[in-house]
Amino acid sequence: MTVATRSLEPLLWILFSAGGVLAALLIPILVLLFGVAFPLGWLSPPSHEQTLTLLSHPVARVSLFVLCTLSLFHWAHRFRYTLYDGLQIKHLNEVINVLCYGGAIIGSVWAAYLLWQVP
Amino acid sequence: MTDGAGHTVHHPRWLRPRMSTYWWLQRRSYLAFILREVSSVFIAWFVVYLLLLIRAASQGAAAYQEFLNWSGHAVVLPLNVITLFFVVFHAITWFNLAPQAMVVRVGSTRVPGLLIAASNHAAWAVASALVGWLLLRGQ
Repeated sequence: MTVATRSLEPLLWILFSAGGVLAALLIPILVLLFGVAFPLGWLSPPSHEQTLTLLSHPVARVSLFVLCTLSLFHWAHRFRYTLYDGLQIKHLNEVINVLCYGGAIIGSVWAAYLLWQVP
Repeated sequence: MTDGAGHTVHHPRWLRPRMSTYWWLQRRSYLAFILREVSSVFIAWFVVYLLLLIRAASQGAAAYQEFLNWSGHAVVLPLNVITLFFVVFHAITWFNLAPQAMVVRVGSTRVPGLLIAASNHAAWAVASALVGWLLLRGQ
């Protein structure tokens, strides 16, 4: 591990931790509604107009961006160590780092773009 | 091997017991640990799903309806049921761990861990109720 990656470690851990909190607070209810309850017809989903009104609010855009970004960095950090410990593939260290954090960065840019262009 | 390397001629063997790749199946607590770690994959999946929803809503009513239809697909729906299990597991274990991560003191007494965990779970309930209200109030 180089000095540069070692000094990034606390920052990555903070992103992991903050993402863990936000994901725990908000994702279960969102999965329950959009992933399970609406598709199964237990509840009726918000209309397109309602969803768009919610999404176009600046507070919603910023909150969703923060939720997406931090959750992705939470995934990147945790998944990286899952691969280290679970599968013991430490020799692929560099590739894993690039895939995990690179994926989180690409996902964050995609989230920013999508939330920016909500009408 | 050269003399300069500081090794003896008969190099000792390293004591490195080989760990099975499936070590986490040996005990329940190990399995719980690895399941917690794996929950992050489902969190990442949900972010992708959420972004697809946002994209569909931006594209118009037809695309939004198409997304809702797709969410009932024979692969997507079971995947989201599994995702729900993992994200709830993540939330419960995360909040239960909060007392270990944050030590709160009032004056000189330490706030009991149970209280910290309970307040985290309460915050989870409030956040869920708020999101639920925002999404369902039209009904």
